[in-house]
Amino acid sequence: MQTTKPSSVPTESKPANSLWQRLSTYLYLRPRLLLALLLGPPLVAFVLFYIGSLAALLVQSFFSLDSFTGLVVKEFTLDTYRQLFTPANMDIVVRTVTMAAVVTLTTAILAFPVAYYSVRFAPPRLRPWLYLAVLLPLWSSYLVRVYAWRLILAKEGIISWVSNLAGLNWLLDGLLSLPVIGGPSLTVSWLGMYVVFVYVWLPYMVLPVYAALERVPTSLLEASSDLGGRPGHTFRWVTLPLAFPGVVAGSIFTFSLTLGDFIVPSALGNSSFFIGQAVLSHQGTSGNVPLAAAFTMIPIVIMALYLTVARKLGAFDAL
Amino acid sequence: MPSKSPAPFSLKLTTLAVILFLHCPFLIIVLYMFTSEERAFTFPPPGLTVEWFAVTWARSDVWRALGLSLRVASLATLVALLLGTLAAAAVYRAKFFGRDAVSLLLVLPIALPGIVTGIALRSAMGLLEIPFSFWTIIIGHATFCVVVVYNNVLARFRRSGRSQIEASMDLGANGFQTLRHIILPEIATALLAGGMLAFALSFDEVIVTTFTAGQQQTLPIWIFSELTRPRQRPVTNIVAVLVIAITTVPILLAYYFTKDTSETAGMGK
Repeated sequence: MQTTKPSSVPTESKPANSLWQRLSTYLYLRPRLLLALLLGPPLVAFVLFYIGSLAALLVQSFFSLDSFTGLVVKEFTLDTYRQLFTPANMDIVVRTVTMAAVVTLTTAILAFPVAYYSVRFAPPRLRPWLYLAVLLPLWSSYLVRVYAWRLILAKEGIISWVSNLAGLNWLLDGLLSLPVIGGPSLTVSWLGMYVVFVYVWLPYMVLPVYAALERVPTSLLEASSDLGGRPGHTFRWVTLPLAFPGVVAGSIFTFSLTLGDFIVPSALGNSSFFIGQAVLSHQGTSGNVPLAAAFTMIPIVIMALYLTVARKLGAFDAL
Repeated sequence: MPSKSPAPFSLKLTTLAVILFLHCPFLIIVLYMFTSEERAFTFPPPGLTVEWFAVTWARSDVWRALGLSLRVASLATLVALLLGTLAAAAVYRAKFFGRDAVSLLLVLPIALPGIVTGIALRSAMGLLEIPFSFWTIIIGHATFCVVVVYNNVLARFRRSGRSQIEASMDLGANGFQTLRHIILPEIATALLAGGMLAFALSFDEVIVTTFTAGQQQTLPIWIFSELTRPRQRPVTNIVAVLVIAITTVPILLAYYFTKDTSETAGMGK
């Protein structure tokens, strides 16, 4: 026999008493300390900066602005809320909520076919492309996408050009002459704003519906057809109810995003404000942070109610 | 639930129309980079030119805004990576009181309308008399970027399970060796994907930034100001295409890094 080869034990086993080893053991024996070390930094940061800010928001809403000096008076008062609940401000709220509701409904109607086709019928090679086609606009260039519509809807832009070419000017003029939603041109009308809102939030609706449809078990569909359900019947009574929580999940985004947006209304709206613009202008030009803070309580309360209902409808499991 | 029967024609057509609706506006932006008209968006453009690229190149305000945006997005992403990963590890590792509350807390900045985060930070700054600075922008951005990393990393932890970690410990590795040789390689692509998405999110953000930036201009704020007070409009288009490029690449990478796993990045924002 030759000399035995030294067995190649893992070379990385360091002396058991190395500093790292001891620290590791120390932490291993104290899982609570380790948890505190992991959770501490994010929790402290969020409580300090985020919860702290929300608290500051609430506090500010009970302060008021001295109209002579333009300075915030740091004393408890309900005056700011009294200023908030005026008919003009309530108009802003109703306008914004109505827009959010209509936009949400439209995105749901447009998103469903896309998600349904992608999940159920699209050839396997096409599916990732469809998915990316929805994913990309969701994550990228929100502002740029709003900007694009300024170009499209402009008075001398492509829409006018097409309607001119197709002899549809009467239709465009008719739409613009409608009360409330019309206006001098598409860039300064609620109609234009509505189109852009639908456009920018549509991907937020498609993805949750897609995810919900993907989870519908094929066996249930087969069972339904085995029991004599026609395709339409199966769709109505099996697919749709199972996909509904996905629609509600998507609606959380479309509703919340419309509620708090000020970019689209300032880029395309007329002079009547939406909630986001009101908040922006109160804190900016007039320096009335208390009123802006009080105004923000409205979307917070609306979203709290919305989330409560959405949770009942099972949307959180679909997220 | 793929079906064996072919899709109804009307369904195909609707899908195609909606996808075109989502993407055609980008082409319009590209087209108007080359228009010879400075003040309006006449369609079709009266003439085509490439002079705007030189004009944009010479605009120092564009460069300043681009620089600020890149710095903000990079730093916000780093903060989000650190805090998001720590939170995901804590939530995955242990069952503790208020675990669901942690998830809710992290997701709140994007579940509530953007102005809420914005005006809340603005209120705090007002109360404490903190001046606008680079750091106030970072705090705002990190707040809503953390959840992106958190979601990606937590999903990866849940998918990969504990057996490899246990095996590593059984074979005598200490906690740090396990972290370095097992856990980090396992979550590497989830970290990359989360980081990429956080970067894109931050680079593109305008609503929260409006409240925390003061006079500083990030690229989206620059575009927004051009939107309301336009001058040399084709320059805005060139910058817009730049923003599309800078945000699209990281998203495609994030998708690529996670496409073979069950938790494809970006499902939930």
